Amino acid sequence: MNERRLRKRTLFLVVYLVFAVLPIYWMLTMSFKTNEDILSAFSLWPRHFTWDNYHTILTDPSWYSGYINSLIYVAMNTVISISVALPAAYAFSRYSFLGDKHVFFWLLTNRMTPPAVFLLPFFQLYTTLGLMDTHIAVALAHLVFNVPLAVWILEGFMSGIPREIDETAYIDGYSFPRFFVRIFLPLIKSGVGVAAFFCFMFSWVELLLARTLTSVNAKPIVAVMTRTVSASGMDWAVLAAAGMLTIVPGAIVIWFVRHYIAKGFAMGRV
Amino acid sequence: MNKPVNQKAWLLVLPVIVCVAFSAILPLMTVVNYSVQDIISPTRHVFVGTDWFAQVLREEELHGALLRQLGFSLAVLAVEIPLGIALALAMPAAGWKSSAVLVVVALSLLIPWNVVGTIWQIYGRVDIGLLGHTLAKMGFDYTYTGKPLDAWLTVLVMDIWHWTPLVALLCFAGLRSIPDAYYQAARIDGASQFAVFRYIQLPKLRGVLMIAVLLRFMDSFMIYTEPFVLTGGGPGNSTTFLSQYLTQKAVGQFDVGPAAAFSLIYFLIILLLCFVLYNWMQRVGTGDKGAGHE
Repeated sequence: MNERRLRKRTLFLVVYLVFAVLPIYWMLTMSFKTNEDILSAFSLWPRHFTWDNYHTILTDPSWYSGYINSLIYVAMNTVISISVALPAAYAFSRYSFLGDKHVFFWLLTNRMTPPAVFLLPFFQLYTTLGLMDTHIAVALAHLVFNVPLAVWILEGFMSGIPREIDETAYIDGYSFPRFFVRIFLPLIKSGVGVAAFFCFMFSWVELLLARTLTSVNAKPIVAVMTRTVSASGMDWAVLAAAGMLTIVPGAIVIWFVRHYIAKGFAMGRV
Repeated sequence: MNKPVNQKAWLLVLPVIVCVAFSAILPLMTVVNYSVQDIISPTRHVFVGTDWFAQVLREEELHGALLRQLGFSLAVLAVEIPLGIALALAMPAAGWKSSAVLVVVALSLLIPWNVVGTIWQIYGRVDIGLLGHTLAKMGFDYTYTGKPLDAWLTVLVMDIWHWTPLVALLCFAGLRSIPDAYYQAARIDGASQFAVFRYIQLPKLRGVLMIAVLLRFMDSFMIYTEPFVLTGGGPGNSTTFLSQYLTQKAVGQFDVGPAAAFSLIYFLIILLLCFVLYNWMQRVGTGDKGAGHE
């Protein structure tokens, strides 16, 4: 790659990153300001620096338990989603069977239902099952949009792997489970990384279902946050601090899966 | 590429179907049930057939919201897909820089949607927000609460900021899974940068791009929380998209029947458009293969 092209690319990247980071920077400064400070005048950094907003969140169990609840159901959801999606995606990418294309597309249609009206039946279903206000209820409800997504992403990556690899492995005497875990999974690492991250992300930020299905014991952070809006006005500063804290777990997750995303086939062993 | 027929593959797919159907089919049937009844009280239901559907389809406001929605979703796709691809190509492939860029790019995805709206509400304000303040300093007469176009653009830019990383991450992972052998072959042939992109990278990205386009399309078509928090649908109804209109109906007016009918129509529109997009993209993709570059 020649020098000029590289420089253009870097410039574009830097411009985008600035665009991406600025609103987050704004949230960060807001989280260190007081409400008066935020609303009174424009300032690039907090003039009366304060940790109070974080202190409010981290010392109040009704705030921080929201993070714990969210993490529990998001983890459950991600694990279930990926483990059921892996075999299904393999089936879709390698075999043809009765109704395969229809089922594949049908899966995705489950992401297309506008939530407003569907909340009520969800509420009724989970009340009937006695699962209301449990972590597993939210984890199960979120499968509706995460499983189809995981299947689609993984299928895309699996289809990129030539089938000769499967055949060679069988000739070499690998059993299917051993082949799948030892050879196939490492090849689609990047796909698994992306799928897991997206499952985490969509489940983490989903508000309507999570709020409908929980009340106290499993109340997620996104629902707890809505309390910053009250009759006496918005508590901007605490909301910003809570927002900053919601980024942290996801950033840690992506830090751990980054190798899976960045090192795909090119650095695999084939 | 012909795949072997194997009906036993159903066994691998079955868990997925069970998981999804559990939470999908019953609620859908309930909504269908609502849509054909007039629920006067919990014990009195009257079957009204397709009356609600006819009523909903005649509403002028719905037509307006639908057109605005289509315009918005198309704008979202037109900007986010090319930008996402460009970003994925520009991201460093290895080393600490790659990790750092990856994390920074993903940050906006991790913020709950109501917080995204709230932050942009402040961020865009002329008096105390960075974006609004900067634009005002530069001489623009910008106000997202007063002018419909400004409001619309702010929602669009917010969506671009929020969701382009999704496209970029998918494409980035897709690019990383292209075997080195393809690039080596291209180098031997002396292929130009553009040729590499057009005949190796783009076809190999087809799978992830399909997902990205469909996801962005359906999610932007159902966008609710962010514009609701940012502009409340205004000024006027310039940023009232379909979902907000639906919520006004379902929650605001307690019209379960018409709201259910509306949801189903809404669902069918998304379904139809996604189906068209899906089939179109598949044809385009196989057309590439037919050209002999696979």
